[in-house]
Amino acid sequence: MTYETIIGLEVHCQLLTASKIFCGCRTRFGDPPNTNVCPICLGMPGSLPVLNRTAVDYAIRAALTLDCDIRPRSIFARKNYFYPDLPKGYQISMYDQPLAVGGHLDIEAGGARRRIGITRIHMEEDAGDLRSPEEAHAYYSALRNLLVDIGVTDGNMEEGSLRCDANVSLRPKGQAAFGTKAELKNLNSFRFVQKALEYEIRRQTQLLDAGQRVAQETRLYDSEEDKTYTMRSKEEAHDYRYFPEPDLLPLLVEKEWIEEVRKSLPAKLLSQRREEYITAYGLLAQVATTLTSSQPMADYFEATATAAGDHKAAANWISGEVLARMKEGGFDIVVLKSKLPPERLGGLIARVKDGTVSGSTGKEVLETILRTGQDPDEVIRSSGLAQVSDEGALEEAIEKVVAASPGQLAQYKAGKTTLLGYFVGQVLKATGGKANPALVNRLLKERLDR
Amino acid sequence: MAISTKDVRHIAGLANLEFGEAEIERFTRQLSAILDYVAQLERLKTDAIEPTSHVNAAAHALRDDALRPPATHEQALANAPETDRGYFKVPKVIG
Amino acid sequence: MTDPSRATIAELRDLVVSGRMSASEICKAHLGRTRAVDDRVKAYRSVLERQALAEADAVDRARRESRPLGPLAGVPIAVKDVLCTQGTPTTCGSRILENFVPYYDATCVARLREAGAVIIGKTNMDEFAMGSSTENSAFEVTRNPWDLTRVPGGSSGGSAAAVAAGMVPAALGTDTGGSIRQPAALCGVPGLKPTYGRVSRYGLVAFASSLDQAGPFGRTVADVARILQVIAGHDPLDSTSAPEPVPDYLGGLERGIAGLRIGVPKEYFPAGLDAEVHGSVRAALAAAERLGASIDEVSLPHTEYAIPTYYIIATAEASSNLARYDGVRYGLRAAGAPDIAQLFRKTRNAGFGAEVKRRIMLGTYVLSSGYYDAYYLKGQKVRTLIRRDFEDAFRRVDLLITPTTPSAAFRIGEKVDDPLAMYLSDIFTVTINLAGLPGMSIPCGLTRDGLPIGAQIIGPRFGEDVVLRAAAALEGAMQFRDRHPPLPR
Repeated sequence: MTYETIIGLEVHCQLLTASKIFCGCRTRFGDPPNTNVCPICLGMPGSLPVLNRTAVDYAIRAALTLDCDIRPRSIFARKNYFYPDLPKGYQISMYDQPLAVGGHLDIEAGGARRRIGITRIHMEEDAGDLRSPEEAHAYYSALRNLLVDIGVTDGNMEEGSLRCDANVSLRPKGQAAFGTKAELKNLNSFRFVQKALEYEIRRQTQLLDAGQRVAQETRLYDSEEDKTYTMRSKEEAHDYRYFPEPDLLPLLVEKEWIEEVRKSLPAKLLSQRREEYITAYGLLAQVATTLTSSQPMADYFEATATAAGDHKAAANWISGEVLARMKEGGFDIVVLKSKLPPERLGGLIARVKDGTVSGSTGKEVLETILRTGQDPDEVIRSSGLAQVSDEGALEEAIEKVVAASPGQLAQYKAGKTTLLGYFVGQVLKATGGKANPALVNRLLKERLDR
Repeated sequence: MAISTKDVRHIAGLANLEFGEAEIERFTRQLSAILDYVAQLERLKTDAIEPTSHVNAAAHALRDDALRPPATHEQALANAPETDRGYFKVPKVIG
Repeated sequence: MTDPSRATIAELRDLVVSGRMSASEICKAHLGRTRAVDDRVKAYRSVLERQALAEADAVDRARRESRPLGPLAGVPIAVKDVLCTQGTPTTCGSRILENFVPYYDATCVARLREAGAVIIGKTNMDEFAMGSSTENSAFEVTRNPWDLTRVPGGSSGGSAAAVAAGMVPAALGTDTGGSIRQPAALCGVPGLKPTYGRVSRYGLVAFASSLDQAGPFGRTVADVARILQVIAGHDPLDSTSAPEPVPDYLGGLERGIAGLRIGVPKEYFPAGLDAEVHGSVRAALAAAERLGASIDEVSLPHTEYAIPTYYIIATAEASSNLARYDGVRYGLRAAGAPDIAQLFRKTRNAGFGAEVKRRIMLGTYVLSSGYYDAYYLKGQKVRTLIRRDFEDAFRRVDLLITPTTPSAAFRIGEKVDDPLAMYLSDIFTVTINLAGLPGMSIPCGLTRDGLPIGAQIIGPRFGEDVVLRAAAALEGAMQFRDRHPPLPR
């Protein structure tokens, strides 16, 4: 039988706040155990949580970006269960009155565009429905990029800043009711999300084809074996006994607060900027992606392009030579901006464009700027790297070369025009590599064909 | 009885408590009596009434995203029944 | 010379400031009184003799060095064992926290210390503040100083008994359903539960977070006002603590109650009310009228639903608040558990007493799948109705006066096997916690058997100043301060 797949994702994202959501301890990853702790996060008797305002700011940012409705009053709830690393015996979450509801995110998967609904956001995020593992992958990575873009998370999956659980169920095509769903945990990379879902769909299809039932359960994905295993069955499923957290008053988010956060959002999202680079400036998709890896990078590109007066050239320089230098030197966009302000890079690109220096000389100038912090024009002038574009001076050099090569001249005249390259090389050699090659080419041809 | 011994066993599981047969019987009897007494609330019609979860919902104090000095390692572990190289030590976790 | 075991806070501070008696001498006098009577009363869980003397010595040194002295300089204060005290055991009357030593002070304790108070000991209580007699302490039963065969009330029975027996001039208790006011009434001392949010709950080991408040017991109403002045006010560590400004409680105390409108809720004087309790509270109302207040009958129609509502909400919150006691990070750990699941269960089984388990079970049940709407949500809705009863009443009157308890102190053992009967002893106090209002009990007479009777004064939210004013006026009229429990001097 053919089945329809319904997938829901629950994405957990660690916010980029300095301190934890309910206490003043550091959020840093990788510190020794039990160092960034206090009575509150240890759940010591008598301690109380106090909500971090910036965490709410970030959640509002995410909600605005995903076009959710932000609720004026939301309520924290306790989710009660016992687990060894759950110090209080409950988790503070949101339940029936979350911060925001009803948003969406547009994705591209398998060549098609799809709008994925988002049910709700609290400090976690809960799912819309997806129809294929590929869509789930595309959604998850688009969501990650977006959340990193608006500065609410570093999106680092190795350190657990972003985690994802997935629900998946099958139903025979044409059936309205949903099938029994399984919940998949431990999906800590984009690839695992897709692979685990693919495995799970195969498993459920085989069960249903054999006339068996799919059990409602939580399954763990084993990436080594590319299989999912039962972790908890429905019979042992938790009764979380959610109730309003009495230690935290209802969270009131007034219009003014939302507007304040809206002002802090980037004017354009990276996905929008990327789109624009491709359509308006004709950049290759791959180059556009590189230039929109972060907001500061895209800002740098645009400032450089303005200074250079050429978007395409600026794009090629940054995605090529500049990026290579950054990798080599191990510095990021912030350092790049101080070492090589976009106006300076733009100026250099303009000098290459107007022929003051050749492309290869331009690369040398770039090196010098990065090393010395000098202005490009200064570098070109002081090191005498400017191309010789003076026609008189070049004609003089050409005459000398022609006079010194009578044999080659005769062969050329006899029809062996490929010897033009020989003459160009001789002229460049004579001028110490500073001659403008295009000009040399034109002048030589004129002289030889005379 | 408002509640059965089976219910009591289930609730004990959720609450992470365990009882012998005699205790289960006693709790069933006592909880039933309390629940029977509580049942008088059913007399009140409350469909249109908003629940009160907090009596002072108007005030809401948030904190700035600032660091406070954490506990020392010794303080964090001082009350632990058992520790091992800086960790709280627990017996094995199964299932 | 003033007998320090009967002196007020103002008198004690005066002795210290004037140098007529040192803080150390005052501390020693109270420690001496404790040694003389506490083996019979059993008010204390721990007497902090060494630390208290060191703290008193610090006050004396400050005086000698002419440094400023706080409003409670050299005043010994006892603290209920549910409030965290840095470096000293905080057991909550439970085996599960028998060896727990917090490295932080509750905010209200820290504020007492800053004001110069000497923390002299931790007082006995019903386990996790669950009880009305102090019989639920895992360690010992506190006795009523007026009759050692009777309970002091609870759950702050140790604090009330310590003050009544002259072991300390003032003490902190906590009140979730009457746990300050009921023992205050039964022990014949003034005791105040502030408005929810008036005093920080940070460091108060939670029983029911939406109901818990810490508050003072004292020898006099003015002493209660002095302590409240120090502990009240917003705390950044408790976001449910109110940002409201703190008025000058002491300054308004002498203003009297002429012109105040006092409401008498008829539901608090039911047909079966103990005749002596009824008589004493009526006498207090008559005194209020003589002092120029007007008395009006009012109705709080949902009063009869308060106890079931309270037991749903309080136990639900408690079931969650007590989930953290699992033998991993602090407290008792049961021996010999082969895996973590059994460790949790065995520890909780061994560490909690019967009443605590009963409430955890009830609270878990009312929150569990399929019962939430019928019990917990219903309870929250009735809580709204109860709150509105008071809002309506306070549109007509300035204060309410009721009996604090339906009867005077009952005998030890009398109600231990009947949880419901025990719960009903809170019938006049739980409503005030559900509504989040301030309430105070002041002694208003003795029964023929010589047991104290308490009158409860209830104010609107953040109306502690008016409550204290009325209490001070009635205290003057009732002449109760000359009465003392029949303990040897």
